[in-house]
Amino acid sequence: MIRYIFTRIGYMIITLFIIILLSFLLMKALPGSPFNDERLPETQKELLYKKYGLDKPVPIQFGIYLTNLVQGDLGISFVLDNRPVTKIIQERIGASAILGFQAVTVGTLIGLLLGIVAALRHNTVIDYGATVLAVLGISIPSFVFAGFLQYWVGVKLGWLPIAFWNGFEYSILPTIALAVGVVATIARFTRIEMLEVLNQEYILTARSKGLSNSVIITKHGIRNALIPIITIIGPLTVNTITGSLVIEKIFSIPGLGEQFVNSIITNDYQLIMGTTIFYAVLFVSVILVIDILYGFIDPRIRVIGGE
Amino acid sequence: MKKILEVKNLSISFNTQNGEVQAVRNVSFDLFEGETLAIVGESGSGKSVTSKSLLRLNPAETTMLKNGQILYNEKNILTCREQEIRAIRGAEISMIFQDPMTALNPTMTIGSQIAESIKKHSTLRGNQITERVHELLQLVGIKEADKRYKQYPHQFSGGMRQRIVIAMALACEPRIIIADEPTTALDVSIQAQILELLKNIQKKMNLSIIFITHDLGVVAKMADRVAVMYAGKIIEIGLVDEIFYHCQHPYTQGLLAAMPNPDIETNTLYAIPGTPPNLLQPPIGDAFAARNNQALKIDFLEEPPMFKVSDTHYAATWLLHEQAPKMIPIHQQLAQAERKEREKAPVFDTTKPYLTLQGVKQHFKLDKNAINKAVDGITFDIYKGEIFGLVGESGCGKSTTGRSIIGLNILTDGDIHIDGRNINEAKTKQEKLAFNRKVQMIFQDPYSSLNPRMKIADIIAEGLAIHGVPKSEWRAKIYELLNIVGLTKEYANRYPHELSGGQRQRIGIARALAVEPELIIADEPISALDVSIQAQIVNLLKKLQKERELTYLFIAHDLSMVKYISNRIGVMYRGKIVELAESHELYDHPIHPYTKALLSAIPLPDPKLERERQRIIFNEAEYNATNRESESFTEVRPGHFVMLTEEELTQYDQVNSESIPL
Repeated sequence: MIRYIFTRIGYMIITLFIIILLSFLLMKALPGSPFNDERLPETQKELLYKKYGLDKPVPIQFGIYLTNLVQGDLGISFVLDNRPVTKIIQERIGASAILGFQAVTVGTLIGLLLGIVAALRHNTVIDYGATVLAVLGISIPSFVFAGFLQYWVGVKLGWLPIAFWNGFEYSILPTIALAVGVVATIARFTRIEMLEVLNQEYILTARSKGLSNSVIITKHGIRNALIPIITIIGPLTVNTITGSLVIEKIFSIPGLGEQFVNSIITNDYQLIMGTTIFYAVLFVSVILVIDILYGFIDPRIRVIGGE
Repeated sequence: MKKILEVKNLSISFNTQNGEVQAVRNVSFDLFEGETLAIVGESGSGKSVTSKSLLRLNPAETTMLKNGQILYNEKNILTCREQEIRAIRGAEISMIFQDPMTALNPTMTIGSQIAESIKKHSTLRGNQITERVHELLQLVGIKEADKRYKQYPHQFSGGMRQRIVIAMALACEPRIIIADEPTTALDVSIQAQILELLKNIQKKMNLSIIFITHDLGVVAKMADRVAVMYAGKIIEIGLVDEIFYHCQHPYTQGLLAAMPNPDIETNTLYAIPGTPPNLLQPPIGDAFAARNNQALKIDFLEEPPMFKVSDTHYAATWLLHEQAPKMIPIHQQLAQAERKEREKAPVFDTTKPYLTLQGVKQHFKLDKNAINKAVDGITFDIYKGEIFGLVGESGCGKSTTGRSIIGLNILTDGDIHIDGRNINEAKTKQEKLAFNRKVQMIFQDPYSSLNPRMKIADIIAEGLAIHGVPKSEWRAKIYELLNIVGLTKEYANRYPHELSGGQRQRIGIARALAVEPELIIADEPISALDVSIQAQIVNLLKKLQKERELTYLFIAHDLSMVKYISNRIGVMYRGKIVELAESHELYDHPIHPYTKALLSAIPLPDPKLERERQRIIFNEAEYNATNRESESFTEVRPGHFVMLTEEELTQYDQVNSESIPL
């Protein structure tokens, strides 16, 4: 098992390196620079380039960047008053993480429940209802839903705040808006997996033992259906966290997503790279965690990995 | 004997998109204490549905109970409350399913899967349950029970898993076990072990067993009584000897005649014509009449009642009516006809073999340190026009051999010559194509080997296209091929899902024949088919051999069919051919211990023989522990080669010189 985890981490590092290299080159290929202000004289610009090392050839710049990165230094922002990128990410990640975590947890739980109920009541009104909800959840963009929530729950009913980030009640509406997509995806997937599992022969074996339906579903059904679902929860989590930028804008939440968009507009190289790397690390770590979790749920994988 | 279960006038239908399928139609039978009742029938005969309804396990949404009662302990299983049926399931009546690979939950240890029903139905708790699980594992022959009960299903082989399934079924000491094709998915020697295990446990616990199967050999070995089902009905029921030696219904007779009989040499197998009826609209009268070319007029008009043959033997055929004409049963007719014209064994040109394998090795690298030696140095020839049978258990390398011959793998070592040319030397696309044209393959599963989105005509035409047959000739060629395999040209415009298993296998053969090959590799071509359909396909393959001078490599695990069809047989064990001889020679004088064990493990469709037979057990551990470095493939009798070490060879020579005084 330990060897298995180490090889996975090895692959992770290779993946990260490729991501860093590609995003670095792509960023450099973009037109423009952080110091595009027309009021800035050429000589001043050159001085700035020299100061930040932007006059050197691209491979050397990349080398310097990597060396700093290994030491945990993501550089300083060119635009935001020379503040360290790590600091900026630290400040901004809190809101995004809370929002993402809440949305994924709530969404997954509701999605699982909806999917299981739909599968158990296969081809009944409940099943069709759940399927319609899931399709709506996937096809309606989250910002439409966000606006709807702000208008009805926030403005008309006045139950919850519609903007800013000052405590738990501020996070409820954006969490719901963000969770809708998660619920829909998980519910659809769970329903299919559950139906598949319920048709397996071991379910029949369990029934022939005289077990009650609830035991059959929880002990024999859900656990087997969970295995493939876990695979999509990983990327879904990262997607939700990184994809929250629209919601963050709508609800004026000072999150990382909003910052990321701004940094691209201003060509803030260091901040773009820093955020990209942060997202990449997040992504591969989640996948690693899922892989390890997998081993605990599915004994077949555990043994192959261990031997 | 005490009656323990009674099924009365059971009729069950299924709601499907196409309408109501009448799966079980008015079935009645009794089950007595301590007996084994075998229910025999082809797929779709209603045998599984009947057995599942004994525990009410058919899917609730689509099942319609039309009529009938199942009485157990004065309770009607079909109408009792959910609570009551759950108390019976697993505790009083339990079930063993066909495929041990899917019948166990992959994410639960086998110990806790066995413990589940103990927890549910008994008062045992904690350590007592663990002890009981150990006891059960020992009972079904799983060693080191204390270690193994914590393991997961994937850590066991197929035979072991079936033992676990049996342990689960026995957990609460039930009175009835329903075994639904419990050995169909297993190799013959494992099958023999499992059947013997079931028999022993039955004796120990005075169990009643309902044994569902389509294999008449297994029936002869296991059953006290037999019920034959056809088109949702029991058409004949009686003691095992009555059914095997005095069967009355033409369908039962046909089934028995379709089995290759080791004693009677026949040129063609008897094949029941046609396919079973569609139970969306069950036929009027005797359901089998349409496939019976001696059917009486009344067979098409009125359903025959159960006529009494003896106190224990009943059959539903109008032939038993006092006004019925006397007919000679099909199997006896056959025996008479065959005695008249028996062909001489064909003679092959042995100087120029069509296919030669020289020290062929096919190793697969699993990871850094492990190599799977799927095929490990095999040498044999196949002569032009011959049918060469290759038998062995799953994993012995027989399918890999077939794949190597058609060039799906790059050989690790050795040479394969087809028609005098080395396939290793075929490098360019053209050369490879030329080989492919000569060698074609027929696959095991007629359901997955045809592309479901292509019409039959297009499936057959693919081969024509690759090998450059002009498009204008396709249609005529396709019709001709369909005709050869016994289908009408209307089939050209159908899709695979509209065809039955036997028809699909015919398409598989037509597709292979499209390029006019000389050698056909048939990889278990009949094992997915029903008995009566198997005979049709085997006859077709034999007919093609004669008419088109085809050469076959026939890969199979069903040894009785292989013996029937093959001229010579090679027995494979662990990647090597351990014995090779003409089929009679091999069956009459097996020499290698593995061959002996394999042959003795095949259940014969003859209950009297089965009772007398002793199974020879192959001691695998001992065999593999002996030093086999000196082993060589030696011709011990004319044309009969065996893989023996020097020591074994001297031993063999000694025994033989003693027993055959010259």
